[in-house]
Amino acid sequence: MIGAMKMNMNKLIIAAAALVVGLSMAPVAQAAEAGVQPERQAWSFGGIFGTYDTNQLQRGFQVFREVCSSCHSAHLISFRNLMEEGGPEFSEAQVRALAAEYEVADITADGGRRPAVPADRWPSPFANDQEARDANGGALPPDFSVLAKARGVKDPFPTWIFNYFTGYQEGGVDYIHALLNGYHEEVPESAPHGTDGEPFQLPEGKHYNDYFPGHAIGMAPPLADGVVSYAESEDGQSVPQTLEQYSTDVAAFMMWMAEPHLVSRKQTGFAVLIFLVLFAGLMYGTKRKIWAGIEH
Amino acid sequence: MSILLMVSRAGAGSVICASYGETDLSTQAEHSSTNRRDFLFVATGAVGAVGAAAVVWPLINQLNPDASTLALASIQYDVTPIAEGQSVTIMWRGLPVFVRHRTPKEIEEAQAVPLSDLKDPETDEARTKPGHEQWLIMIANCTHLGCIPVGESGDFDGWFCPCHGSHYDSAGRIRRGPAPKNLVVPPYEFLSDTLVQIG
Amino acid sequence: MSEHSTYVPGNAVEKWLDDRLPVVRFAKEHLMDFPTPKNLNYWWTFGAILVMCLGVQIVTGIILAMHYTPNVAMAFDSVEHIRRDVNGGRIIQATHAVGASMFFIALYIHMFRGLFYGSYKAPREILWILGVVIFLLTTATAFMGYILPWGQMSFWGATVISNIFTAIPLVGENIKQLVLGGFAVGNPTLNRFFSLHYLLPFIIAAVVALHIWALHVPGNNNPVGVDVKDSRDTVPFHPYYTMKDLYGMVLFMIPFAWFVFFAPDILGHADNYIMANAQVTPAHIVPEWYLLPFYTILRAIDFNILFIDSKLGGVIAMGGAMACLLVVPWLDTSKVRSGTFRPMFKWFYGLFVLNFIGLAYLGAQEAAEPYTTLAKVCTAYYFLYFLVILPVLSRIETPKPLPTSISESVLGKAHA
Repeated sequence: MIGAMKMNMNKLIIAAAALVVGLSMAPVAQAAEAGVQPERQAWSFGGIFGTYDTNQLQRGFQVFREVCSSCHSAHLISFRNLMEEGGPEFSEAQVRALAAEYEVADITADGGRRPAVPADRWPSPFANDQEARDANGGALPPDFSVLAKARGVKDPFPTWIFNYFTGYQEGGVDYIHALLNGYHEEVPESAPHGTDGEPFQLPEGKHYNDYFPGHAIGMAPPLADGVVSYAESEDGQSVPQTLEQYSTDVAAFMMWMAEPHLVSRKQTGFAVLIFLVLFAGLMYGTKRKIWAGIEH
Repeated sequence: MSILLMVSRAGAGSVICASYGETDLSTQAEHSSTNRRDFLFVATGAVGAVGAAAVVWPLINQLNPDASTLALASIQYDVTPIAEGQSVTIMWRGLPVFVRHRTPKEIEEAQAVPLSDLKDPETDEARTKPGHEQWLIMIANCTHLGCIPVGESGDFDGWFCPCHGSHYDSAGRIRRGPAPKNLVVPPYEFLSDTLVQIG
Repeated sequence: MSEHSTYVPGNAVEKWLDDRLPVVRFAKEHLMDFPTPKNLNYWWTFGAILVMCLGVQIVTGIILAMHYTPNVAMAFDSVEHIRRDVNGGRIIQATHAVGASMFFIALYIHMFRGLFYGSYKAPREILWILGVVIFLLTTATAFMGYILPWGQMSFWGATVISNIFTAIPLVGENIKQLVLGGFAVGNPTLNRFFSLHYLLPFIIAAVVALHIWALHVPGNNNPVGVDVKDSRDTVPFHPYYTMKDLYGMVLFMIPFAWFVFFAPDILGHADNYIMANAQVTPAHIVPEWYLLPFYTILRAIDFNILFIDSKLGGVIAMGGAMACLLVVPWLDTSKVRSGTFRPMFKWFYGLFVLNFIGLAYLGAQEAAEPYTTLAKVCTAYYFLYFLVILPVLSRIETPKPLPTSISESVLGKAHA
């Protein structure tokens, strides 16, 4: 009778799968219509074995500092984070020197300001949101602290189900990378038409981007080939100074800002899962031994 | 013979202890299979106990000071702006700390006091750093009950605690009153002539 | 229930305690010796798994409350502070957030198990109703907990759900203001939701105690649904079911740990990493997945019914969907408990499960065709199942012959 129950459950599961497939046909068609889905990148931190690439984070920090941070804040980041394990791992002396280049408000200091120390938060470029808007044509540059997790990609069926099994969490960085590479100088042919068939109208002061919702983004293309000078690494290998490379590096850095403990979290996860599987095996054996001889 | 089987419920971190007689288990257990079974139970219990401990530790460790607190456990302070005869109070690990630039007279007085006169005998050298005797750095809480003593007062040219009347000398040592100990000198070092790191 | 007791105080101290506060006797009767049908399958382990889930949420929740700040200016950053700076904070916070989803997975499985095996039927009606009360309390707790990180979904979820109150004629707006402590979701709302979110789990724990009490009066239902006849039908709870339940818990922890350590944010919404902003609504607002079936029913009523406008109609439908669960013991009057022996019920039940998954799926879709029509169809089946199909089936269905006893039903099925 329990066998019958199991069969019944199997049927249910098959039928459930059929229903889900049926229901999900519509969204697939829709997603194709909505157009540009950011392309998945091969991130070093993707997947269950992924870890951050320290050199990439250092380069990404350089891009952030020299370009992004003039408009974007990152108020949850402290200088000390830059020397913590699993991040860009700058030396303490480097971080101390870096912090000293910035000033922070401190009511106990002379004049209310003093040079920053590693414990201080990354100073914001504007005093408040309104000032930030005024300086940026009315658009507020979002804070970078958790931005990589605050953006996502809506995957069509069945991809979103596979994501549960692959642990795909890189939609935000894929989007950021795509956005930085998605600018057009002129409104392209592919731009969506209005409901009345009018061609796409780009508002004054906005820029066309394939991936930005609504396509009209306030931020001018922030990066271009050659705008940041990467230092040559010790072994003489140089990293290409291209938009593609900059955007990948800065997106990786933003992922680290949003999820600084990713590496240690996954490491702990492996220990926990291995333990649980082993323990479950022992529990199963014990349970069977106890129930041996009982008809149930 | 009964076995003590400890099985952890890792989620709540609680441990259920269960003991039962082997007659409950099976009517036809042979001796050799009993041993194998004992081993399995003990192994399961031991692994469960390890798991429970591994869960409990982070639940306790989260009470420890967090990274933002630890980042302020050690501070650097530039003493350059403090003129002779002046002192400032800075904060370190949530406590006020006196940084006093002592006058030669104060240093001389402090060094001249015989140890036998002291309630908590300690030389002035032991309370300062060699070459930086003019700098006296102490946690500003009275060792009696924690009030902040007033500087440049009291009968010994040092500090006076208004709460219960403890007098400290120019090296911050207790001379009279209810406080049992000298004002506490925190761990510190001079990184350069003027830059001091506390903690 | 003392007839099950085999407790004999071992020494003078135990005897002294037993005469005054018989906790040891109570524990032995109810946690160790309690006679339990020997044919329970793994669907029955979800009761114990739910106790574990509640324990995990309470322990991690108390810890999070030590580091969290319930203030609109600081709540978002304080959650990030937990993730970034508190020792092990990223994992503890993820356990609590993922734990809410795991709690509901176990809760729904537990409820659907009861619906299939007729565990709500006499003499277990009170047991079932207490279970529904636990479900409603858990839903409320989860909803209020989701406000606390003060992200965009927190804020707009609270705004949308609190507007449900305005559907009530005449006093709706006043009730909404009473609940929110203002004219819109704001600091007073956050503060009181934090307080209630901390309180409710302990009330849930108390109702769980009643639930188990009500379980231990008639004893467990079982997969064949026939009553326990004699001691050959049962085994003592310990060690048989303690071990089986613990094994179930460990298995359940594997997907739990998978999400906590490898995909902690996949069950949530990216928008909740944006701090609450009363001036901007997220493009696509969706409640947490476990509320979706009921959210779909709420949205499905987009038409006026006589003098009831669509908004009130939706609220009534959603409330009615939950009320159906409360009265199902009196809607399904079939004497046969287990669905295994009900050839027609089985199919309608299977369809009901699929329909419920469909309702959840539709809740996450935008309000456009074909989803709105499908939502109406699924909502209709939900109510048909309870209000028409179950009562009618009880009268017309011929059940398969039942085994005479539990021990007969398991004959020859020894698991070596």
